[in-house]
Amino acid sequence: MKKSRVSDRRGTMKRVIACIKPYRAVLTLSLLSALISSVSSLIFPMLTGKAIDAITGGDGSLFMRMMLFMAASALVTALFQYLMNLANNRIAYGISREIRGKAFAHLQRLPLSYIDSHPHGDIVSRIVNDTDQLSDGLLLGFTQLFTGVVTILGTLICMFAVNWVVALVVVIVTPLSIFTASFIARKTFSLFYKQSEARGEQTAFINEMITGASVVSAYGMEEENQRRFDEINSRWAHLSLLATFYSSLTNPVTRFVNSLVYMGVALSGGISALCGIMSVGGLASILSYASQYTKPFNEISGVVTEFQNALASAERLFRFLDEKEESPDDALPSFTLREGKVDVSHVRFSYSPDKELIKDFSISVRPGMHVAIVGPTGSGKTTLINLLMRFYAPESGSISIDGQAATSVSRTSLRKSFGMVLQDTWLKTGTIRENIALGRPDASDEEIRAAAEECHLGSFISSLPEGYDSVVSDDSDGISAGQKQLLSIARVMLTSPGMLILDEATSSIDTRTEMIIQEAFMHLMEGRTAFIVAHRLSTIRNADLILVVKDGDVIESGTHSEFMEKGGFYASMYSSQFRA
Amino acid sequence: MSVRLSSFIKGYRRVAVLAPLFKLFEAVLELCVPLAVASLIDNGIARGDMHHILMMALLMVVLAILGLAASVTAQYFSARAAAGFAAKMKSALFRHITSLSEIDRDIIGSPALITRLTNDSNLVQNGINMFLRLFMRSPFIVFGAAVMAFTVDSSLAVIFAVVIPVLGFVVFLLMRYTVPMYSRVQGALDKVLSRTRENLSGVRVLRAFGKERDEEKAYGADLEALRGLQMSSGRVSALMNPLTYVIINFAVAVLISCGRTRYNLGLAEAGTIVALVNYMSQILAELIKLANLIITIARAIASGKRIQAVFNLEPSMSEAPDAVTEGSDKETAVEFRDVSLIYREGGEPSLSSISFSVRRGEHIGIIGGTGSGKTTLVSLIPRFYDVSSGSVSVFGTDVRKWKRSALRSSIGYVQQKAVLFKGSISDNIRWGRMDASDDEIKRALERAEAYSFVMEKKGGLDSPVEEGGKNLSGGQRQRLSVARALVRCPEILILDDSSSALDYATEARLRHNLSELDGLTVITVSQRAGSLMTMDRIIVLDRGRIADMGTHEELMGRCELYREIYSSQFGGEA
Repeated sequence: MKKSRVSDRRGTMKRVIACIKPYRAVLTLSLLSALISSVSSLIFPMLTGKAIDAITGGDGSLFMRMMLFMAASALVTALFQYLMNLANNRIAYGISREIRGKAFAHLQRLPLSYIDSHPHGDIVSRIVNDTDQLSDGLLLGFTQLFTGVVTILGTLICMFAVNWVVALVVVIVTPLSIFTASFIARKTFSLFYKQSEARGEQTAFINEMITGASVVSAYGMEEENQRRFDEINSRWAHLSLLATFYSSLTNPVTRFVNSLVYMGVALSGGISALCGIMSVGGLASILSYASQYTKPFNEISGVVTEFQNALASAERLFRFLDEKEESPDDALPSFTLREGKVDVSHVRFSYSPDKELIKDFSISVRPGMHVAIVGPTGSGKTTLINLLMRFYAPESGSISIDGQAATSVSRTSLRKSFGMVLQDTWLKTGTIRENIALGRPDASDEEIRAAAEECHLGSFISSLPEGYDSVVSDDSDGISAGQKQLLSIARVMLTSPGMLILDEATSSIDTRTEMIIQEAFMHLMEGRTAFIVAHRLSTIRNADLILVVKDGDVIESGTHSEFMEKGGFYASMYSSQFRA
Repeated sequence: MSVRLSSFIKGYRRVAVLAPLFKLFEAVLELCVPLAVASLIDNGIARGDMHHILMMALLMVVLAILGLAASVTAQYFSARAAAGFAAKMKSALFRHITSLSEIDRDIIGSPALITRLTNDSNLVQNGINMFLRLFMRSPFIVFGAAVMAFTVDSSLAVIFAVVIPVLGFVVFLLMRYTVPMYSRVQGALDKVLSRTRENLSGVRVLRAFGKERDEEKAYGADLEALRGLQMSSGRVSALMNPLTYVIINFAVAVLISCGRTRYNLGLAEAGTIVALVNYMSQILAELIKLANLIITIARAIASGKRIQAVFNLEPSMSEAPDAVTEGSDKETAVEFRDVSLIYREGGEPSLSSISFSVRRGEHIGIIGGTGSGKTTLVSLIPRFYDVSSGSVSVFGTDVRKWKRSALRSSIGYVQQKAVLFKGSISDNIRWGRMDASDDEIKRALERAEAYSFVMEKKGGLDSPVEEGGKNLSGGQRQRLSVARALVRCPEILILDDSSSALDYATEARLRHNLSELDGLTVITVSQRAGSLMTMDRIIVLDRGRIADMGTHEELMGRCELYREIYSSQFGGEA
């Protein structure tokens, strides 16, 4: 376990570096600016020294020159520091923008099986929080790491110029503090990873409970939820404390190592001075360099541990990005609907390997046929829709439309040829107008209005303070489930699709409105292939073919009148409805 | 009075005070090291005292160890204070959000609430952590250096007295500019989170309409907006370091030229100037460390304000201090007196002049067109909203006088959208009553017609339920949420169109099971006249008003609207 984490860390590091690659030019600018500003800031003390010498030497013109140089040096340092900061901002924010964009695009291509089986809050946390963590880490890293490295190199050069022996000693001892820093870094990485995971878990819980807030209050689960939240929260707080604490150890520990080095230099220097090998002045300069040299190490080692946080988040992000996408189908031809002949042959499917749902399903639907699918709840009706829409793929068997295998065309083009209304309606955050025009953003106002009127939404929409421009969202109040369903139907009406899939599309609409909608639907479905899942058998009486599904199998197929004549499962279901 | 964020430091006050003090102690120790070195040179080398050299070296080791101990302690304390603060704040924020009504929550919006509980809280935690580590140490060193400067040469040190306020002013100015900017950055992040979340919840619709590319584009625009805001706030923050650098180094230049004048007048020595320059560079070194802190703190303040704004939202439905836990009239289960409700300011009323009463044990049906106010009406009973005028009473007591938890525990409310939660099936049923035994759960499942499908699952009662019940069909979710309501043995059961996904046979059996529960008051909202025919009374709603009320037969006789609804379902066969 531990071993894989370490190798993961390296792999993650490589991938982070790969993300930076496109910013080569900006990175060069940043490095160059860091170099210039650091060198310039290293020169400044020399200039002050010379200026002071000029004072004591009484050299007025040298003094004025030094003053000018100092001003120039200060300005150059500041200017390039600013440039470096801007460049680093550009890299860090740019990378987080790209990674988020990539993650979102990835999300569009992930199979529904992934989305259905993972807590949405955790996915959100990866895309939002972990990316933020990564970009913060990168920003900090770039800003401090480069200047630190340049400063170290600069001082090193100065030290070698003054006394190469002491410089060598210091260089040899340096790995000690690097070693401790990397030791702590390795330790903190796994802590940061766990912290990030806990944060994901917490976000998932928050998301779930805020989404289901009304159920929470209806059942008075506030206290119990608070308890669960606090449980996750205290687990997170503990990990967070450990991660923060361990990562913040680097600084004191490396400083301690440095102090010992410093003491060693002082002691050996003192003894050498006592023995007359070295002058007191020499000792003083060695000591001052030794302390100057170790300072940037403190900063860098601090950055290195903070950087673990970014890496841990990056790893969670990359793991998400590595989830298998649906096979790319951009190259596949787009589907063109000709008549709407649908053939399903020998389809076998299950959501989980341990429970078979659909064993061997075959139907052949003639163009323009209206197929109703009925059956007890949980019998697999919605699954058929998942398969037709290619939300899920059958394990074996095939589905073809107009003789083209569903898998031989692009998913989007296939889906667009269906108009789908589901029982679980969904509104996008936006205006009523945008919601109706979801499938056809270029629709004119008249068309949108016409679709809304056809769905009996006119008076509801005009009762809203801002009419068609009223902003709604999926979790907003004041819109009934029925109205949401009507809006979803209006969406499909507007696109006038070649085929229709209606999964309990009118379950929350009152029957009188439904009758009016039904007319509109009949008009829409005329000559078009349609699949209708419904419990209200009255709405499917007119279907050309009724499939009675039970436990994933078609147990009866025929028309309403055939069924009623011969009796059977359908007949008994139908009569139960009216003899309540 | 709303909660102040600063109150969450309670319980961590001691560590929050100790952390900077230990940091200060470390800084003092650091200052002692040069003294030890000086003594090593002056008293050890100069006098040839080997023993003294060794003692001083030993002292330096002791100082290093003490410094290590002090700073490790400080880091631990500040990490503890920050994590503890954040944990307490998040816990209180979660509690506060839960206490808000739907209408209150709508003001900020769910996605924004999630950002506050996660991202914003993290930023506040970081801010506190960094603040505790540096806020004592840095001023100590800055002011310490200034004081030392005054002891060296009080007239040259005036420059320090000018530079420090100038630096303070620059920091203040930058903070003032950046705090609102970071607040906007977080606002843009809300949007990004919102779209991510929406893309997950609406994945089927979005893919059905082939909106993936459009969504990517729109998301790209959101990200671009976020990046733009980050860049512009970053541009201002990026000034921090260069500005301090320039100010201090210019001060150094001024110091040197003034020093030169004084030197030429014989008022100062070269050593004095060197010492002052050194103090100035010490300040610089410290301030550069501080610069990153300032950015972290500016972000923490921006996020803290956003969190405070949530705490400032007073729950619009308050609970009376003398709230009761029992009704005064056991026989009248529910009574509406001239109730009106307006959701949105300026909007049309969703309900107007509703009056009716329900006796204990009665079965009431509510029917009406889409958007006629059925759901709104029943959601007033467990007090999800407060009426705009009139009153709603449960067991003879106005719902506003009930203790909310007591009111809701006597009601089993099954909502139209059956929401389940991640966990097992029995976990979900136990939402109804935490201490329900397995037998009670089984009985509730049987009554809700859910027992057989639960038992068909491999794990039975322990079968996993995904977030929102994604792994169950609509009808299964509905039956489980009915079972969840039944397990609490409510006195009033409200079924809001909660069998719409059930086939008729199952629904009929469910209704039959409910009718066998003695003394249970049942209020059923339905689209299907057939489901309500056997009710004691049926309320017909039309655009927020009661059109008529009576038994099926009465309504068939006199209510045009009801007849229309009925015939729309049963057609010619009626």
